[in-house]
Formats: sequence, C-alpha cells, structure tokens
Amino acid sequence: MREKILYGLGAIAALLLARNIWVMLTGLPDEAFQGAIFRIIFFHVPAAFTCFLCFFVSLIASISYLKTGRMQWDSLAVSATEVGLAFGAANLISGMIWARIIWGIWWTWDWRLTSMLVCWLLYAGYLVLRRAVEEPAQRARLSAVLSILSFTVVPFVFFSIKWFRTQHPQPVLYGEGRMEAGYRAMLYGNWLPLLLIAVILVAVRMQQEKRLRELDALRREAHAF
Amino acid sequence: MGDAAARNFQYLAYGLIAVWAILAVYVLTLVSRERRIEREIEGLKRMVEDREGK
Repeated sequence: MREKILYGLGAIAALLLARNIWVMLTGLPDEAFQGAIFRIIFFHVPAAFTCFLCFFVSLIASISYLKTGRMQWDSLAVSATEVGLAFGAANLISGMIWARIIWGIWWTWDWRLTSMLVCWLLYAGYLVLRRAVEEPAQRARLSAVLSILSFTVVPFVFFSIKWFRTQHPQPVLYGEGRMEAGYRAMLYGNWLPLLLIAVILVAVRMQQEKRLRELDALRREAHAF
Repeated sequence: MGDAAARNFQYLAYGLIAVWAILAVYVLTLVSRERRIEREIEGLKRMVEDREGK
C-alpha cells in the first residue's frame, strides 16, 4: 500500500513536471532583461524552498528525538537532511549557471551565495559526523544537536538579501521586485512536483534507515557469538 | 536567433540538466546503498543461522 502511494505521488510529480516544462518553454514569454535563462528560476527557487523545508523538518525531528529518544525521529532527521542537501546542491549549481550568463562569473563571495554555501557545508558536516560516531544513541544525540545548531543559519541565508547589500537579486515573490503573476504561478506550480519528489525520497530514505537499524542489530548479534 | 539568445538557451539547458543530474545521482546512491544493505543483511542472517545450527 505504502509503495503504491509513493508510485502514485511519483506519477503525479512526473506529469506536473512534464506539463510545467512544456508551458515554461512554449507558453511563458522571455523575461525582458534576462531572456530565456530567467526560466532557471522556476527550478532554482523551488529547490531552495524544498531544501529549507527539509532542513526545518530535520530541526523538528531532531528536537523531537532529544525529547523522546525515539529512533524514528532520528531517521526522519537524517533522511530530511540528506534530501535537503540534494536540493540545496541543485539550488547552488543552477544559480551558478544563471550567474555565468547574467553576471559573467560563476561565483562571487556575496552574502547570499556565501551563507547558502556555509549552510550546505554545515549540513554536509552533519552527515560526516554521523559516519564518525558508531554507537547509535550517541550518534543520534550528537547529530540532533548539530542539526539544531545548523538551522540557525537558515534564516540568515533567507534574509541576507534584505539585511545586506548583495549582488544577488532582491526577493521576487514579494516587495518591489515582485514577479509578474504568470511567472509567480509557474514558480509555485513547479514547487509542488519538487515537493512531491522530496516527500518520496524522504520516505524511501526513512525505510532505508529502518533497514540500517536492522543491519546494526544483526551485526551486534553476529559479534555476540 | 542571435548568438546571445542561443547561448542563453544553451545555459538554460545546462541548468535544467544539472538539477536533474544531481537528483538522479542522489537516487542512484540510494539504490546502491539499498543493494549493499540487502547484501549485508543476507550475509549476516546466513552467518547467524549457521552459528545457531552448530
């Protein structure tokens, strides 16, 4: 039943993506100043939103683990973090490709870009920490603390373009630089399939974490002989 | 289509490919990890059963 739901969600995501890419390329006009490359925003921004949402889920799961000690919360935290990192990488790389055309450079040490990279590296450190600690309860406790600490950077990444003078464009969903309604609809419309993909990946990864716990138990049993 | 517009489209394609390539690589790592876990679980189960049988 669970697998059928995941396949169903995957099919919906694929259909929505196919429809969105078609409309994006054939129905939406080029942006006046940026041209066709502007369309990258329909993946760049939703990827960032999905990444931050995953990190938020990891934060809640980590707090819940520290409160209850239940390993399911730890599984959710690591699964959401891993998926968040994949979407974070998609956000960073797509942004670099956009920057190459619009700014003429791949990268600049701007507040937004730098803080996002630092955030990504912190969460990557979370995964490295998990590999370094063998005892499951200690690993879960330490990584929960690191996840909570890492999340403090997320609001900084989000608001960095408001708080500092940056080369990165100002917010496109609110304020003076607000996008035209058709572009906005496409941006939100493309976030939905990416969210569905994230949900599927987190569910699959959680299942894998359950199997890893089974493997740990078997290893202990084997060594006990 | 001018050179600039063509380059614009080319980089848009790179961007879309990069996003999907990253997600595809992640899915492949999930699949390979799943296979490794399966293999290890099977091996350990056999080992435990053998030892219990002795």
